[in-house]
Amino acid sequence: MNVASRFRTLPETGESVQFTLDGVPATAPAGVTVAAALVAHTGAWTRQTAQGAPRTAYCMMGVCFDCLVEVDGTPNTQACMTLLGDGMTVRRQTGLRNLNGGHDG
Amino acid sequence: MAEVDLIIIGAGPAGMSTAAVAARGGLQVLMLDEQPQPGGQIYRNVAQNRAKRGFLGQAYAAGVDLVDALDHPGITHVAGATVWRLDKGPQVTWSRGGKSQTTSAAHVLLATGAQERPAPFPGWTLPGVMPAGAAQILMKTAGMLPKDAVLAGSGPLLYLIAAQMIDAGSPPQTLVETQTFTQMLGATPHLPRALFGLPTLLKGLGLIAKIRKAAVPRYTAASGFHATATESGKIQFSFRAKGRAQSLTCGLLLTHQGVIPGTHITRAAGIAHEWNAAQGAFQPQHDLWGETDQPGLHVAGDGAGIGGAEAAAAAGELAALNILCQSGRISSDTRNQRAAHARAALFRARAIRPFLDAAYPPPAEILAPTDETIVCRCEEVSAGAVRQAIGEGAQGHRQIKTSLRCGMGPCQGRMCDATLRGLLSEGRANRPISPPRARSPIKPIALGELAALSFPQEEPA
Repeated sequence: MNVASRFRTLPETGESVQFTLDGVPATAPAGVTVAAALVAHTGAWTRQTAQGAPRTAYCMMGVCFDCLVEVDGTPNTQACMTLLGDGMTVRRQTGLRNLNGGHDG
Repeated sequence: MAEVDLIIIGAGPAGMSTAAVAARGGLQVLMLDEQPQPGGQIYRNVAQNRAKRGFLGQAYAAGVDLVDALDHPGITHVAGATVWRLDKGPQVTWSRGGKSQTTSAAHVLLATGAQERPAPFPGWTLPGVMPAGAAQILMKTAGMLPKDAVLAGSGPLLYLIAAQMIDAGSPPQTLVETQTFTQMLGATPHLPRALFGLPTLLKGLGLIAKIRKAAVPRYTAASGFHATATESGKIQFSFRAKGRAQSLTCGLLLTHQGVIPGTHITRAAGIAHEWNAAQGAFQPQHDLWGETDQPGLHVAGDGAGIGGAEAAAAAGELAALNILCQSGRISSDTRNQRAAHARAALFRARAIRPFLDAAYPPPAEILAPTDETIVCRCEEVSAGAVRQAIGEGAQGHRQIKTSLRCGMGPCQGRMCDATLRGLLSEGRANRPISPPRARSPIKPIALGELAALSFPQEEPA
């Protein structure tokens, strides 16, 4: 589902960086966390739980772990504790994860 | 042999203040912090926001002095460092960039601050519902302003964020407050003491005046929070106020029910904890200097009991003076003399707290939510399932965790421990409930990172 961002980003001058979310190119200001870039990009879920419930970044300070995403191939990365780098590949996670962070099917 | 004199865990106001005083006193200080910049959550990104984002206000901007004081040859600040273990010695094990290492110190100060109190109600897990403090972090770090937001809950932070949103040109759609007139009346006996913190009190009244002037609609004594998602992804927020059912549609529902100390590391370190009934939270026991019952360990700031940023900075100074004294750098007479200023600052900063605690308590429906409410976000355990386990004889956090996996997910109970306590204490107010155990690693780390280290044999618990 496409949901517009629930935030308005102030037009501050500064560099921007490119990243992809599930293969789709996106842009964010330099210096922000992956979680900030994600919620600025979409108001929809960025993770689905084992039971399929939609979640997105919640506490923004490393406490709740609801912002877990795959960053540059590393699953279960805390998006709110990771600074967005230029060219980063971010993937949303769905369902129950196995020990390697991937899932069985 | 200690590698440094003092390790400070957490670079908020308490940690920063301790670092400056200890380093000026001649100690070598290693400051470990999870975030990319010093400041903690309250002064998050403050040095980067020097000449911009003025809507965050003067009290926030003042935090830059604490950051600037870290520029001292005795202080090594390591950003992006996650402490996940604390052993006797003391020895601190921390992870950075996927690698862990252990550092020993003569003294460790735990200044890990607070987290927002989990505020569960049906729908609180939906995208579009988030803590108000989380939205404020986005304002501070990314210049992102909440759009079409309802602020719901209670406490001074709710007013501060509303005022910041107004000043930023993105005022909240509505304020839905849970505190009641009776609670406000019950808090008035604490007002005379609060007058010692008059500037703080006036600042609070100023925030409320700003919200009134901006004509933001307000409800008080609201209850029965319930959120659902609409077809287009908006949040439908229903509650009861003014004697009838209310419903608001919004882009973002920002909730807040005060803050509680983050105690995973202090509990894992074996420090004794006590229940603070006025604040409804566990906190590590400590003396007037922040010294704990564990050798070499001091605590300061909101992680030791909620007092706010100014109290945290003062407590950090006191801890630093005590550590300087124990390190033989100053005499106890000098320590006591130099402490007078910080003690007075601490008294003034804490003077308003009993009033705030009584006027803005978390409502019962948040502490022990309805059966359908998810309590453990990680493992998706409902309050009803927890109540059933308690009815079947589960006593305490550990047995509920073993029977339901509640608290066994990656957040390690940070989002459900407080609610479990509320559910456990339903109908048995006089029964003491122990703080839940916390064990290393107190933050998840990769198995490979763990395997790359060797540890001394741990004493059986």
